[in-house]
Amino acid sequence: MDYGTLRGLVALLILALFIIIVVWSYSKKRKDSFDDVANSIFDDDEVNTVNKKRPTDKDNKQETNNNV
Amino acid sequence: MTTSNTSAVDYNFDVVRQFTVMTVIWGIVGTLVGVLIAGQLIWPALNFDTPWLTYSRLRPLHTNAVIFAFGTSALFATSYYVVQRTCQTRLFGGKLAAFTFWGWQAVIVAAVITLPLGYTSSKEYAELEWPIDILIAVVWISYAIVFFGTLIKRKTSHIYVANWFFGGFIITVMVLHIGNSMVIPISAMKSYSIYSGAIDAMMQWWYGHNAVGFLLTAGFLGMMYYFVPKQAERPVYSYRLSIVHFWALVSLYIWAGPHHLHYTALPDWAQSVGMVMSIVLFLPSWGGMINGIMTLSGAWHKLRTDPILRFLIVSLSFYGMSTFEGPMMAIKSVNALSHYTDWTIGHVHSGALGWVAMISIGAMYHLIPVLFNQGRMFSIRLINVHFWLHTSGVVLYIVAMWISGVMQGLMWRAVNSDGTLTYSFVESLTASYPFYFMRFVGGILVVSGFLLMAYNMFKTIYAKDGSLKPIEAE
Repeated sequence: MDYGTLRGLVALLILALFIIIVVWSYSKKRKDSFDDVANSIFDDDEVNTVNKKRPTDKDNKQETNNNV
Repeated sequence: MTTSNTSAVDYNFDVVRQFTVMTVIWGIVGTLVGVLIAGQLIWPALNFDTPWLTYSRLRPLHTNAVIFAFGTSALFATSYYVVQRTCQTRLFGGKLAAFTFWGWQAVIVAAVITLPLGYTSSKEYAELEWPIDILIAVVWISYAIVFFGTLIKRKTSHIYVANWFFGGFIITVMVLHIGNSMVIPISAMKSYSIYSGAIDAMMQWWYGHNAVGFLLTAGFLGMMYYFVPKQAERPVYSYRLSIVHFWALVSLYIWAGPHHLHYTALPDWAQSVGMVMSIVLFLPSWGGMINGIMTLSGAWHKLRTDPILRFLIVSLSFYGMSTFEGPMMAIKSVNALSHYTDWTIGHVHSGALGWVAMISIGAMYHLIPVLFNQGRMFSIRLINVHFWLHTSGVVLYIVAMWISGVMQGLMWRAVNSDGTLTYSFVESLTASYPFYFMRFVGGILVVSGFLLMAYNMFKTIYAKDGSLKPIEAE
């Protein structure tokens, strides 16, 4: 195989990898667990109140971004 | 998800506190040196006929101070904080973490001493001579051990995305630094690169542009993915986008370096690769910016009352601006106009003062009360003043450099009908003077902002524990 063909194949391989990453991260199956992870930074928290008023129930509900 | 056992973790915040305080101090020093050399460009007498104070020696001191002292201290502080918080475990390595602090400060002090004395390898952003390079490598490897050690002993199952960006930045900077610093020493403070000619140039800009791509971008994106959601009290807009963002960004950035070497001895095909990769890079950059800004979607009103959030979000706007400008400038025909002019300086500062400094300042204002047991910073009003000082300073700076840069580019390329140059170099320099003054004023505004920040920080640190209560939002 000559060098040009090899480089073409490597480019295709990388494109395939990219598509796999997109499909993997956007699959419906993983949405819930990713939403949990996105909210995980609020788990651990005296920090939440810094520079802020004390959260009330209304303010403190951490909505997930259901649209994306 | 766990919500209970968190206060039981004995976090190592000492090293975070040390790096946080030094971030602010080095921010003042770095920008002050910048203002001095900006002044020298208008009033050359400001070098006081002293070799140590000449522009050529202070310019690398300025860049090293802002990138490696200010920016990297901010990265150490935030990465050590975020990795502990999100992994819910104490920092790995015990004394090794303290060593990274003292080792890194030693590197900076060595830079402050050797650069004005004229010791330099003459590689941009890698000027420090070989003994200091070895110390940097040792500190950096320790940093990697502390950071990844903490990830390994984490109590959570998932590694939060901010840590991916921090981890990518730590590994890549290690590889870049060691790769580009390969030299043959000929005396205690003098060495020559093992690479020669165009290869040396390519190595240097592979390093140089990825210092921008990984240190000044990926690292600060790590900061963005934690502190923006935290300050906005909302989860990141799209976690899935953040995964695609990470892999796209890290796999593309590494190829963009050759755009620094357009129309040089570098082979033409390598220049074209650099140009194309730089243009493609626009996509992940804007993906990340949108992900950060849209985190505020549905809560835009918070920007009205929270100057810290304003710092964070405006930093993302500057990030979007400079990552649009960068790919444009990497196009060879645009680069023919922009390269070697002040436009480049304007571009760098819209990234450095707009993106890097503002996201760090926002993160520090979030962090300082947490680290020193307070409910808020000493003065929210002063944060607001700082925001406007900094923003007007940056805008003045980059607008001045855009005008000056495009003007220089046009004057340098203007030719008379007989083929001779229309303008001498000195004529273009004289035309730039008003803009150099504008930049000087912008710089003074930025330094004043940093001084206010230091005052606000020390007032917060020395206030009685818990005496500063969180305020009611209006």
